[in-house]
This record gives sequence, C-alpha cells and structure tokens, in this order.
Amino acid sequence: MKVIEGYFYSKDHEWVKVEGNLARIGITDYAQDTLGDVVYVELPEPNSDYQAGEAFGVVESVKAASDLYTPVSGKVADVNGELTDSPEKINEDPYGSWMIAVEMSNSSELNELLSAAEYQKWCAEEG
Amino acid sequence: MEHLLKTPLYPIYEEYGAKVVDFAGWALPIQYEGIVQEHHAVRNTAGLFDVSHMGELEITGPDAIRFLDRLLTNKISSLKDGQVQYSVMVDERGGILDDVLVYRFQEHRYWVIANAANRVKDFEWMQKHAEGYHVEINDLSFKVAQFALQGPKASDILKAAGGNAAEPMRFFQFAETLQINGINCLVSRTGYTGEDGFELYFNPEHAITLWRLLLETGRDYGLKPAGLGCRDTLRFEACLPLYGHELDENITPFEAGLDWVVKLNKPDFIGREALFIQKENGVPRKLIGFELQERGIPRSGYEVHKNGNQIGYVTTGYYSPTLKKNIGLALIDTVYSNQGEDIQVIIRGKAVKAIIVDTPFYSKKYKK
Repeated sequence: MKVIEGYFYSKDHEWVKVEGNLARIGITDYAQDTLGDVVYVELPEPNSDYQAGEAFGVVESVKAASDLYTPVSGKVADVNGELTDSPEKINEDPYGSWMIAVEMSNSSELNELLSAAEYQKWCAEEG
Repeated sequence: MEHLLKTPLYPIYEEYGAKVVDFAGWALPIQYEGIVQEHHAVRNTAGLFDVSHMGELEITGPDAIRFLDRLLTNKISSLKDGQVQYSVMVDERGGILDDVLVYRFQEHRYWVIANAANRVKDFEWMQKHAEGYHVEINDLSFKVAQFALQGPKASDILKAAGGNAAEPMRFFQFAETLQINGINCLVSRTGYTGEDGFELYFNPEHAITLWRLLLETGRDYGLKPAGLGCRDTLRFEACLPLYGHELDENITPFEAGLDWVVKLNKPDFIGREALFIQKENGVPRKLIGFELQERGIPRSGYEVHKNGNQIGYVTTGYYSPTLKKNIGLALIDTVYSNQGEDIQVIIRGKAVKAIIVDTPFYSKKYKK
C-alpha cells in the first residue's frame, strides 16, 4: 500500500494535498485496492459548498457504490472532469487522480486529519 | 471468518490472492486478480471457479421420478440417464423456493443441485413432502466438492488435463466417472456464465490437487482462477437468474420469464393450480432488461418509475464489462414491459432515463 509523505489522510480513505488555501482531494491507494476496478465516478458542480464530512460524490466499482466525503469544508474551486470519462485512472494512479479542489474555509480542520504514518497504521488496524 | 463454512479449497485461497467474503454463510473468494480481468478471461479464454458451496441432494428409490415430478415444475420423467435438466421448485402459491439442476443417473437415482442459501430449506421441503413416496433423500453437500471450468478454452483444458472422454459430451449431459489424472470426477457440460464449459463434482479430499492441476494445465490457454464477483457479472450478462434477485418466494416462474421450465401439462405438481390460474389471467409483473440512457449504474433494489410512479424495482444491475454499458434486470408492471418503452431508474434520489431492451444482453453461439 502506497502513501505519500506530506499529504493529509481521512479515516474514510481520502487524501488531501494542500496548495496554499486550496485542498486537492482524492482517494487513497488502499481505498482503490479495496474497491477494485472503478467503473463510474460522480463529482459535484464547481462552486458547490460542502462541510467537512459531507458526501461530495460517488465512486462505483463493479460490485458497489461508495460515497466520497470531503475531509475539509469549503467551496469547490475545480473538478477533475477527466475522471468521469476515464474512471480507471483512479486505480492506475490514485494519488494523481484528484477529484475536487476545495477552497478551504477553515484550514484548522487539517489538524483533525492523519499523517501518512498515522494513516498507514489506521489501515493496518482496519485490514 | 471463523464462524463461516469453508470449502476444501479454503486453505489455499490466499496463495492465489483471493479476497474472501461471506456469501450465504460460506467463506468464498469474491475475486482473485480482479473482477473485470477474471470476467474477460472467462469470455475470451477460461476461468476456474470453486463452487463447492453448492448443495447436492441425492434422491433415490423406486418413486424418485414420481416424487421429483411432484416437487419440480419441469418434466423429470423426460430425462434420460446422463442428462441434466434445469427446473424450479415452487410452493402452493407458485412462489419460487429454489432453482435447481437435476442430474439423472438411473431411473431410481438423481442429484438435485441446490443454491447454498436454500440447501437446508430445500432438504426440509423435500422431507416434508416425501410421505407416501418410496424415496430416500440424502444431503451429500459436504461429501462433494465442485469446480466450474468455464470459457471457450474449457474443453481444450479439460482434454489436456486428461479428461479426454469429456469431448463428445453435449450441452446438459454428464459423465459420472471421468478420470482426470487419476481423480474420479462427475463432469457435466453445464455452467452459469453464458460460455461453453463444464462443472466437475468430486471427493473434497482431491480439491487442492485438482485445482492446481487444472490451473497448471490451463496456464498456456489463459486459464485464471475466477471468483464469485465475475460469476455474477457473467451470469447477469447472459440473463441467467440468481436466487434472491430475479427469483424468490414472492416471484413466480412466469413472472421471471421461466415459462419453458413449467410443464402445466403434467397431471399434478405442487403449485400447478396457482400457476395455471396465473397463466390464464396473465402475469401482473414481468422481468425485463433495460439500458440506461444517462450516466449512472443501476443497482439491485433501486426503484423503477414511469411517469413519476413506482412500477417495479431493479433485481440486478451492473456496468457490463463485456458490453461496456450500464444495464439492468428489473421486475416491473406488465403494462409497461414492452421493448422500447421508456422507464426511469431512481439512482440516489434522481430519476435516470432508461429504455427496455431485448434480453439476453449477451449470447454466444457455442457447441450445444
């Protein structure tokens, strides 16, 4: 299982890459491996507002649909539309496949998230 | 996983990268390499499934035919030795208790292959209705292991593994004592994938040896271990029903489109009267296939609507790996069940457009 140093992680298996006040959000390598082949992704419209912990979209594997939760609050500044046409990219490159970029309204929420090492430990316990 | 039943292959699942899940109380592999890869392997080359969870109920005795013809809707008396027949067992209301394969060994000896989830229920139902019949019912499920070797290369692989005698076997026939490298197997040309293939029944003590032998022999043919995940997508594309989805105790075989397994001209069988009346009056609901016209994946249990009203529900739905479309089966009001009819599937609260299409979604011509 791959993690990236310097990213933040949620217990729901989303990663957050911080660029200034912008948070890029995707799902982790562990998540894509657990899901299996991703065949469908549904993402929000730009400018939608979300609270931390709220579902912003859906990712579906062959077997099942899973909600995507944003680990931070804010407005959606950008959406990775490429994934809608090629959802398999989420399996191939989970950390390159950001889903939404959120303009954070409360960056202190990042303190609630896990570091790479903490997240790895969390997955080991869950698995 | 400790409390679950295990097949004789369970000890080596991990070696093949299996992801094990609880299926009807059994610890079974949902996938090895991945559902989509395994799905394509079965369509293009071959896949090997451990389906030892299936139930085998043996019916013996001088009244075996009469008994089975009373309990099952299809005509058991038309079977010859070495033939297999698909049938359903219904209750007095015509509701489906299980769908089964019946193997005829001789006039007085049969196997009924039951779904794992229904094995105990079927056995008890049979016992309950055996009074007055000279038959014996034995549950052999834990004395018999089963693999399914499925795909266009299945026949070549079986031959290469030493099962030469399998070649002349026709669709829905079986050989009781086929030797595969010294292992005695009952082999039938049957399956649940929409491809040519075989199902092998054998003593559980040979499971690991036979699994390794077949996979090794089949490697050059592109054979892969295949899990329950692709078993479901494969059978779904071929529109083979799954108990608990397309079939259950509140669905009749006519609603499920299984008219061909109901022989109303048999003098009597359990459920005949109810089914006869339904045939006369017409079915209130029908199982149909549909294709989404907008983005989304239909899933089992989703509501189907027409003009804002619910007219039924999705029984199975998938992104089809072979057809690369989002398709589903649904049980809906007969009034709206014509091909070409526009319907809506409710996906996470949103009505998504769909159109009723011809079934099966996938059908391949192979030797029968």
